[in-house]
Amino acid sequence: MKPSRAGWALPIALQRATRIFGANKISMIGLAIFLIVVALALLAPILSPFDPLDQHVLDRLQSSSATYWLGTDTYGRDTLSRLLWGARTSLVIGLASVAVAMVIGSVIGIVAGYFGGRLDMVIMRAMDVLLSFPTLIMGLIVVAMLGPSAINLIIAIALTALAPFARVARAPTIAIKEREFIEACRALGFSDLRIMAVHVLPNVFADILVMGSLWLATAIRIEASLSFIGLGIAPPAPTWGGMIRDGFENILESASLAVFPGLAILLVVFALNLVGDGLRDVTDPRLRGE
Amino acid sequence: MPRYIARRLLLAVPTLLMVLTVVFVLIRIVPGDPALTILGDQASQEAIRELRTRIGLDQPLYVQYADFLGHAIRGDLGNSMVSGQPVLKQVWEVMPYTAELTVAAIVLGVVIGLPCGVLAATRRNRFPDYVTRIVSLLGLSFPSFVSAILLILVFAIYLGWFPVITASDLSHPLTRMRNLVLPAVCLGAIMAAYVTRVTRSSMLAVLGEDYVRTARAKGLPRGVIVWRHALRNALIPVSTVVGLYLGILIGNSVLVEVVFARPGLGKLIVGALSQRDYTLLQGLMVVYAFIIVLVNLLTDLTYALVDPRVRLP
Repeated sequence: MKPSRAGWALPIALQRATRIFGANKISMIGLAIFLIVVALALLAPILSPFDPLDQHVLDRLQSSSATYWLGTDTYGRDTLSRLLWGARTSLVIGLASVAVAMVIGSVIGIVAGYFGGRLDMVIMRAMDVLLSFPTLIMGLIVVAMLGPSAINLIIAIALTALAPFARVARAPTIAIKEREFIEACRALGFSDLRIMAVHVLPNVFADILVMGSLWLATAIRIEASLSFIGLGIAPPAPTWGGMIRDGFENILESASLAVFPGLAILLVVFALNLVGDGLRDVTDPRLRGE
Repeated sequence: MPRYIARRLLLAVPTLLMVLTVVFVLIRIVPGDPALTILGDQASQEAIRELRTRIGLDQPLYVQYADFLGHAIRGDLGNSMVSGQPVLKQVWEVMPYTAELTVAAIVLGVVIGLPCGVLAATRRNRFPDYVTRIVSLLGLSFPSFVSAILLILVFAIYLGWFPVITASDLSHPLTRMRNLVLPAVCLGAIMAAYVTRVTRSSMLAVLGEDYVRTARAKGLPRGVIVWRHALRNALIPVSTVVGLYLGILIGNSVLVEVVFARPGLGKLIVGALSQRDYTLLQGLMVVYAFIIVLVNLLTDLTYALVDPRVRLP
């Protein structure tokens, strides 16, 4: 048997995760769809036939044609170009908010689980309180209070995801801190900070990462919902939620305006959920032995 | 059981107190002077000072906090800054609409989700299982406002079966039912997707239990094993999930109410946001959190009632 060194846990856990995940074909399809959307968003400046803000006033509310593949909106802006640029907003805000929630939530969860006692009780109670607000309502209020901007959207969405991440990081920390290698670290006189960062974190990292991918879908959906309500990034910047809102206002004139961005959100969230389904198998202890 | 109920009720009290504190802080994180934000840049100093006094902003923070807590505990959430009406009165006026929408969605979700989940579990890794899993995942992926718009497009605009926006007069029961169908289907589909998935995994776990094998060995018909022995036990986690997802449902009802222009808590909160009605917002946040804490409490108690192991220390 290999000597137990916490630093090795990460690659081994990741290897196992990749093996289980790779065997799940449906999840691989989800991952492929998501990566294609990421590529399209990255290549938006090259792929967009028009500037997403350019108004072609004479070509308002056009349906699909050779010039405008997905038609134009009320200001004569090209829907396809706005869709491609809007993907950037959704992905950047989604990824950034999940990253922020992941880092802060994990720190909170590991600290609570590691020190236990009264500190743990106070922290987890506070997390319970955050969970007492419906996700969207919490996002709504925070953005409304701070004002709609990319940074504030990230803060709002991250705040709604904080408690779930703290919980996911805390549970394995409680189990790990009782293990012998942690006791050995303490006997060697390592500081609590070093034990948590070097020896506990790698062991809870896989769970946090899985949670991150699951929350990405939710974060993208919340961003779109807030934009739809009018609390997203200010117009004329293209966002999928904002495009659906504009489309909905003109639904009797051109139904496709709301449908295309709606399908785009559905596609990304569905792809991420497919990925999440496969990742959930990775963390399922019943599959650990397989 | 009474001891468990008492302990659980006591635990809810500090949670509610902290909820009130969080709401108080959230509403006060507005950068700058809220009175100025409400009245706009053109407002006179006089008007700003008058508003600050009216909503108690001229008091020190701890006085405002004690005042807010004291009133909230007595069930007084203050008056709306725009309409001047008590917040709770406005909430009670629209509550029936949100409640009927939520209940209809849960009923639809359970009626569709339970059989689908059982079907998928009993035919694991076969065609019905794959279809159910993909369709339910698709259902979970639909942002509720997107499915609401698609439903309006198909059933209200193209087919004309249902109204595009909710009628202003909902006093007639038939009109009210007709206006409820599309919003309820929209939220019910999401709920059905959740219920299907939980029922499937819960049934799979139960079908692997020893007592199911015993029942099979006794020669009981398959239908009796699945529907009477397995499903009954599989329902325990399902009931918990229905409770837990109520929070998601209430969040989604905001979007559905906005799309269908339907009265309800969601429409009230969006209206309060656009009018910068801080007292109404503050009150609505408390109401939402109170509903979630109450539902969690009821879910826990139901769980303890159906599964005696939970009550053990």
